[in-house]
Amino acid sequence: MLLWIIQRDLLLAMRRQSDVLTTLFFFIIVVSLFPLSVGPEMNMLRTMAPGIVWVAALLASMLSLGRMFSSDYLDGTLEQMLLSPHSLFLLVLGKALAHWLVTGVPLVLMAPILGIQYDLPADALFVLTASLLLGTPILSLIGAIGAALTLGLRGGGVLVSLLVLPLYIPVLIFGSGAVEASSAGLGYGAHFSLLGAFLLVAVAFSPWATASSLRISME
Amino acid sequence: MLRGNDLVCVRGDRRLFEDVNFFLDAGGIMRVSGPNGSGKTSLLRMLCGLSLPAHGEISWRGTAIRSLGGEYYNEVTYLGHLAGVKDELTAIENLRISSALAGAEIGEDKAREVLQYVGLGGRELLPVKVLSQGQKKRVALARLLVSSTALWILDEPLVALDTSAIKMIKDLLEQHLAQGGMVVMTTHQEIDIAAATIQQLQLA
Amino acid sequence: MAINWFKYSSPATYYSLAGKLIPIFTVAAVLLAIAGLYIGFFVAPTDFQQGEAYRIIFIHVPAAWMSMFLYLVMAFWAAIGLAFNTRLSSMIATAIAPTGAMFTFLALWTGSLWGKPMWGTWWVWDARLTSELILLFLYIGFMSLQAAIDDPRRADKAGAVIALVGVVNIPIIYFSVNWWNTLHQGASVSLTQSPKMASTMLLGMIIMSLACWMYAIAMTLIRSRVIILERERHTAWVAELHEKEAA
Repeated sequence: MLLWIIQRDLLLAMRRQSDVLTTLFFFIIVVSLFPLSVGPEMNMLRTMAPGIVWVAALLASMLSLGRMFSSDYLDGTLEQMLLSPHSLFLLVLGKALAHWLVTGVPLVLMAPILGIQYDLPADALFVLTASLLLGTPILSLIGAIGAALTLGLRGGGVLVSLLVLPLYIPVLIFGSGAVEASSAGLGYGAHFSLLGAFLLVAVAFSPWATASSLRISME
Repeated sequence: MLRGNDLVCVRGDRRLFEDVNFFLDAGGIMRVSGPNGSGKTSLLRMLCGLSLPAHGEISWRGTAIRSLGGEYYNEVTYLGHLAGVKDELTAIENLRISSALAGAEIGEDKAREVLQYVGLGGRELLPVKVLSQGQKKRVALARLLVSSTALWILDEPLVALDTSAIKMIKDLLEQHLAQGGMVVMTTHQEIDIAAATIQQLQLA
Repeated sequence: MAINWFKYSSPATYYSLAGKLIPIFTVAAVLLAIAGLYIGFFVAPTDFQQGEAYRIIFIHVPAAWMSMFLYLVMAFWAAIGLAFNTRLSSMIATAIAPTGAMFTFLALWTGSLWGKPMWGTWWVWDARLTSELILLFLYIGFMSLQAAIDDPRRADKAGAVIALVGVVNIPIIYFSVNWWNTLHQGASVSLTQSPKMASTMLLGMIIMSLACWMYAIAMTLIRSRVIILERERHTAWVAELHEKEAA
């Protein structure tokens, strides 16, 4: 069932490619705005790069959360999912994973190119990409809770950012921290282990919270 | 089989209905009627377990549906106001996905056959968004043909359908009832369905 | 003898009980605050390092404590409301949130006032201040979510989910911020090695915390009474109450 739902959401994303591209371009534009606002001084940009890329990834992932459930909600397919004999936990997990594949993975792939704009050395580029690979699924999983809670509310988009961004902070800290640690010559193993631990906690806990939130919102 | 006991529905400050009692047995059909805003859809959503009654209990085969969970959904098919079909997907994809969700996976050939039956032959591969309202409804109704559930809960299944489709639904429901299935439905249209027991539930 | 606790979980009973308790807690809050502030400003000795400016901790520290406790209390009541479907506990959770947010804001504000003479700057990205700021965001998230939902039952339950998610996250956030802070040690001033506290200082702080508790309870009672009236305005007992007051 997990695969069914992932397949379905990927198929839907294929048919609506503009949505995927919008998120990606948003990410690129935000990252490119920073040198224009703080100046093109390369040394400064190099130290700021991990933070900027991570914040932009956070915002891009958050902006696309609205799509996770709202179109299913509007056409009634979400109702059918709640009435499925399959476990809602798995359905929700599948939807979050599909969201990550559609929005998170393109960001991860784009990150090294943006890092080059900021003159990051090769190993920092690698750590940045790896930290995003590990961190962005957490963003999708936590974001799913916010998306489910704000389903069908007016001003849901702004509200979801209020709910979700504070919860993203640990991922931000350790994600960009890993790159800084590696640039400073310190190990980044601890950061990655912690991100991995967060991911496990998020996989175990967030679909459950999302499933209850969906039931609450659909009542 | 399906029993409602002292059901009360509250929406915001308003009490939509209270003291709703019924018992539906195998082969029986219950038509829920009442003016707009009398809580027909709310009642059907309660029967599906999508929302909880403010008071009272719904039970299925003697067990409260709240404690049944997934088991109950193996035996229920709900067609709501919203068609539950994705505009971007084709009729075949929609049907295959929705039946997989409902726990009855079907192959492409079977899906084609069913769509042929509901009168969408030759349109199976078009994205649903180019179909008319009535054709969309047929895609949704096609789910009933592949379902093996006992209880069908249908919210206005006849809206937007032409006479040939209504005839098809009538046959489908009669066949389902004859096999010991159960139907709870709302409709504003006149339709005669032969069944072992026919009940009318009037909401004020 | 079995006490019928559920009697107090009926909004009507709670309403009248709360009405009787409010003056008690309000008076207690005022008296304790006067005592605490007196000790804080006149009895406690001047700090040999920080001079008179340190006296703001008599408000700052209790406010910071309260901000964290109240989040837990709020999440607890919200969880009870979610698990047992008791309306009153959810209403209490909703009533606590603004007071909690107020204390969080107060802690940040006084922290910044204290920071100016101590560190020479209004804001320091210290681990505690940062965590406190994030806590304020969590409160704001809870309140805005509830405010955006029209149906009170859904608002209660959705608020409970976000409060519980927050509770699970608070330790993680706190730990992350601490880690982040030690990584960037150069930029901040550590508060952990505060000088040994005189016992009168501690006494003043404890009395002030008690005053804050009393205030928080009184505010919660007042606010929950208002929420009850609003939500139950169509019930018979509220109508009766209204007639009594009109007469």
